[in-house]
Amino acid sequence: MNQSTPSPSSHRPMPVQVLPDGAARKRLRRWRGFKDSAAKYSVGAFGMGVILALALIFIYLFSEVLPMLRPAAMTVYTSYEAPGGRSADTVHMAMDRHELVGVRYTTDRQAVFFDVGDGSERYRETLPLPADATVTTFGLAEPRTRLVIFGLDNGQALLVRHDFNERFSPDGRQYDPTLEFPLGEGDATLMNVAEDGASIAAIAVQRGSTGTSVAAALEDGRMRLLRFEERSNFMTGAVTVRQQAYDIPALPDNAQPRRILLDITMRNLLVGDDQGRLHYYDVSRPAQAQWVESKRVTLRRDAQVQSMEYLLGTVSVIVGGSDGTVSQWMLVRDEDNVNRLVSVRHFDSHSGPVMGIAPEYLRKGFATFDDRGEIKLHYSTTARTLVSLDTGERPLSRVHLAPRASALFAIDDNEQVHLVSVRNPHPEVSVRALWSKIWYEGRSQPEYIWQSSSATDEFEPKFSLVPLTLGTLKAAFYAMLFATPLAILGAVYSAYFMSPRLRQVVKPSIEIMEAVPTVILGFLAGLWFAPFVESHLPAVFSILFLMPLALIVAGFVWMRLLPEALSNRIPAGWEAALLVPVVILVGWFAVGMSPHLENWFFAGDMRQWLTDVGYTYDQRNSLVVGVAMGFAVIPTIYSISEDAVFNVPKHLTQGALALGATPWQTVTRVVLLTASPGIFSAVMIGFGRAVGETMIVLMATGNSPVMNFNIFEGMRTLSANIAVEMPEAAVGGTHYRILFLAALVLFVITFLLNTVGEVVRQRLRRRYGSL
Amino acid sequence: MKDWFRKGSPWIWLSGGAVTISMVMVVGLVAMIAVKGLSHFWPKPVVEFNYQTAEQSEPVRVIGEISRSETTTAAAMREAGFNVPEDQDVVVRHLVKRGNRDVTGQDFVWYMESFMSDPRYPEEILVLERLQWGDFYGYLQGFLIDGEVVAVGAEARTAFERTLRDTAKGVRELNGIERGEIGDVNFRMEQLRRQERALELNENISDQERAEARQSIAQRRAELDEQYAVLAERRNELRAELSRYAITMETMEGQVRTLPFNTLVHGWRPNEMNIFQKMGHYARSFWDFISGYPREANTEGGILPAIYGTVLMVLLMSIVVTPFGVLAAIYLREYAKQGPITQLIRISVNNLAGVPSIVFGVFGLGFFVYFLGGSIDEMFYRETLPSPTFGSPALIWASLTLALLTLPVVIVSTEEGLSRIPRSIRDGSLALGATKAETLWRTVVPLAAPAMMTGLILAVARAAGEVAPLMLVGVVKMAPSLPLDGNYPFLHLDRAFMHLGFHIFDVGFQSPNVEAGRPLVYATAMVLVFLIVVLNLAAMVIRNRLREKYRMESD
Repeated sequence: MNQSTPSPSSHRPMPVQVLPDGAARKRLRRWRGFKDSAAKYSVGAFGMGVILALALIFIYLFSEVLPMLRPAAMTVYTSYEAPGGRSADTVHMAMDRHELVGVRYTTDRQAVFFDVGDGSERYRETLPLPADATVTTFGLAEPRTRLVIFGLDNGQALLVRHDFNERFSPDGRQYDPTLEFPLGEGDATLMNVAEDGASIAAIAVQRGSTGTSVAAALEDGRMRLLRFEERSNFMTGAVTVRQQAYDIPALPDNAQPRRILLDITMRNLLVGDDQGRLHYYDVSRPAQAQWVESKRVTLRRDAQVQSMEYLLGTVSVIVGGSDGTVSQWMLVRDEDNVNRLVSVRHFDSHSGPVMGIAPEYLRKGFATFDDRGEIKLHYSTTARTLVSLDTGERPLSRVHLAPRASALFAIDDNEQVHLVSVRNPHPEVSVRALWSKIWYEGRSQPEYIWQSSSATDEFEPKFSLVPLTLGTLKAAFYAMLFATPLAILGAVYSAYFMSPRLRQVVKPSIEIMEAVPTVILGFLAGLWFAPFVESHLPAVFSILFLMPLALIVAGFVWMRLLPEALSNRIPAGWEAALLVPVVILVGWFAVGMSPHLENWFFAGDMRQWLTDVGYTYDQRNSLVVGVAMGFAVIPTIYSISEDAVFNVPKHLTQGALALGATPWQTVTRVVLLTASPGIFSAVMIGFGRAVGETMIVLMATGNSPVMNFNIFEGMRTLSANIAVEMPEAAVGGTHYRILFLAALVLFVITFLLNTVGEVVRQRLRRRYGSL
Repeated sequence: MKDWFRKGSPWIWLSGGAVTISMVMVVGLVAMIAVKGLSHFWPKPVVEFNYQTAEQSEPVRVIGEISRSETTTAAAMREAGFNVPEDQDVVVRHLVKRGNRDVTGQDFVWYMESFMSDPRYPEEILVLERLQWGDFYGYLQGFLIDGEVVAVGAEARTAFERTLRDTAKGVRELNGIERGEIGDVNFRMEQLRRQERALELNENISDQERAEARQSIAQRRAELDEQYAVLAERRNELRAELSRYAITMETMEGQVRTLPFNTLVHGWRPNEMNIFQKMGHYARSFWDFISGYPREANTEGGILPAIYGTVLMVLLMSIVVTPFGVLAAIYLREYAKQGPITQLIRISVNNLAGVPSIVFGVFGLGFFVYFLGGSIDEMFYRETLPSPTFGSPALIWASLTLALLTLPVVIVSTEEGLSRIPRSIRDGSLALGATKAETLWRTVVPLAAPAMMTGLILAVARAAGEVAPLMLVGVVKMAPSLPLDGNYPFLHLDRAFMHLGFHIFDVGFQSPNVEAGRPLVYATAMVLVFLIVVLNLAAMVIRNRLREKYRMESD
């Protein structure tokens, strides 16, 4: 307190004034008042700030998840006359990955490169097609290969690839677009599909590491398969192309092929016909190409296959019918190891014929369009139609998605190009994709699978949270199975029976275990306990069986069989201390007996025996996790339920005892019932801890996302999954956001469990107060 | 008997057993970590035995330490591909640490006891700790200078011991140069490179200024190059000096190996040592472990950077969490209007302590590292982009994440302390005319200080043991430089760091040679457990004292 200066003395000598005068006191009071309110507001601001910061966690997690919930959108960005003029029809259009330069192939043999933004022409090249032939059909290899094949009415076909040749210079991106002819220059550019000059009705191409294959259907219903094997000379590097042509058996029932597709392995040929069916040919040996089966793919019997396209990876095919149906088909091996055509899922139908299908370059999405100007965007894994757009009443002739699927071209029959911007960052996510069985590509049935990444680009991400959730519950379940009985029994004993002196030691020791880093428990579980259990399996089960028995027998021996003089020397309340040697002996005995038990009952190797009986055994399994994580949870449950039992009002128990109840009866009928809410909240909070524990499960399991409750197999939990995958997830990607979702789910679950536990506990406290 | 059951006594014994089992597990865990962690530094006897299985015609000499032993069934061994005699049901086998990884490729091998001859403990066996390839076991044969054998037998031994002592200083200096001084020069070079880049990006300065700045940078670079040259020369000198001396050792297979002194750390003869020598060795090994740097993918050497990183991270966290936690608690308990909303906030804060730590890690990664760190890089570190400075896992983000994680602990503990202060003390202060703020700061807060201390200690204990969130926001398996060193700005908040808990995870689960790293993991675990148990005990003692104090005062 600052001492204010003494007031100026007046003309008369006065006794020295100790107290400050009025003005100074007022100043001081004001200053103190100011400090008081300053403290009040600053503490308030800080306090609220801290609480808000904690709330921020939830808000932030949610904000990272939110973009996944926003629906996709398509808007027409601009629209212009087709570059190169309306006089010729568009065969195919494409654009580069930065959506700056596009290419348009026309029926009058032009390849026009243009600016995507306004359609102004940049460069044009004439395709080396015979002047008298017209383009009747075209086919696309996988979009990212930029490979296009044109089928002509004279039985010839041209394979061409455009290249935007993007490069960086100080002035920005530069493009030198060119055309390439993968089969060679000059005469070699054109291939003869039908030597007799029959017109080509449908054509397909694939180019793999070994060469190129072309499949074509001719106007008269014949089908041909051409193989071009490329061999490069080791010495000169010169490439020689060897061509072979094969005839494919005609379609059954006189059907006429409409669309034809070849997969990247060049073993499977799919043909859509005019009767609404899809035919599968096995062409792994082209000379013996054989028809395998046909399936109806349209809903209406009189409809025909209008369009057909492979998705990324050429595993599943999307078929569009003239009745507007859109469906996905896959080849799935049956029990006899024969590929069968299987309908995987259907998408929203169009009101008119599906004129074409545009697959995405890098994901399993695609767009479909009809003759009424409607475009729909679908995603195959989630079976969702994400968004649709009406471009006007005119039929659309071509649609092409940009490489990064953030824009698309749509060309109508009047050769007007619509540039559509697409916002569709997270099509892989839907409630169904996360929580139900999904039929993934390459699988024989719908399954729950978590597999977020792979080495290949064609990979279909599998984001089922079911195995992870199940794994979390599995780990928590076994942990609780181990921890709950031990912790609650222990709590009852130490709160009610144990002598106070012993309790003073025991309670803090168990509680301090809560602070032991879980990384240590996990490391012991993974490196010491898991191998130990593996080699001493019988010991684990014999302890489970022997221990309770031994405890009771020891009690009986002590109280009834030993002379009273001895047993009276140690008062009641020290039973736990007496049992220490028993517990250690039983454990030691079980471990020592383990190899012998194995020899006697399990042919010397219990692990092998389990495998023979049909249980998979992993070294790092649920049993190990259960014990290790149970160990981590015991202190939590013990501490809270011990408090609950200990605080049961004494007059209740004394009343019960006075009425003649035995101590154990008092415990079960009075104490436990009164304390049950507290024990319940202890279990809740313990469960919450088990659900969120990361390091133990990370280290003590194999972290494989399995879908069972086998105690001898591991699991992958939500939390361990986050720890493993989060550092590798691309920021802002779907995988990243799903991991945030997993974190949010964990947050909410544990928060709710804790809240329930806490509220129950507070109620109980109030009830104790009133009793 | 029936009567005994009816009275419920068996169940009392059973529940007593539950406590016993829990206690045995607790004590067993701590004891196991302590024993395994501490025994690693004790010089174990090196055993020599002959090993002859049924297929081998000649016995093989084996030299090594018995690392552990186990008893399994013969069937399991046969299943694993071992040839066990028919008459055996149970097999005792020993895991022998043979060392000499560069010679045999396998430093840990299981041997079945039934094929082993009686063990011998020759006093002459020499164990060498090396900078690479782990330990070496064998017999000392000769002492070499410049490739010439100058001493054999007992003479070699004295020469070896003397030279090892003499070269120790040189090795230390060499380490200092390589780790410290050259690192400093490199750091300054890197800073110059950054300044240069910043100069290029800066459009607001004239060409002349730019040229001048460039020149000064070039000048400083030349100075640094010169410094580097001096250091490199001294280093090469030391290396050459050290590599002049060498010894030859006979391995268990009878091969003779030459080991130059610049690869050796220590040498000892465990079978010859008396108890005091062993204790001396123990103390030195333990000190080396605590104060040394890790080697060989962290499976050898010490854990100093991990201890350093843990402590620094926890310190930074405490600096953040204490004021915020205490103020929030004071607000909640003293200023906020007590009602259902305050109660709700209190429960929520309490529950946040139970939210899985990995969730905090995810938040830290997204919000601190990518969002805040990314923004800081964008604003202040444009010259180093696209390589991140603060936009990658770093010490500061780890501290902040853990501060958030431990806030509830501090808040709850402080609140508890505040609520324990008897009302009479407050009333007395207010009655004497003190304002609320004065009452708080002069009477209540000082009285509650031990509670805050408890909260802080508990927070520190929790933070020191957390690993899961740190894996996302700042911990690495091997940090090239410490986050606090002699280079400006001394405290490098943007550096990733090493951590004891993560060290355990890394060496135990991600190292190529788990068996070799195992003792170090136990030792590291022991250090960590010791730290945390001590902190918790301290918190407990403080809390109990506090309780006693107020019990007396409120009476």
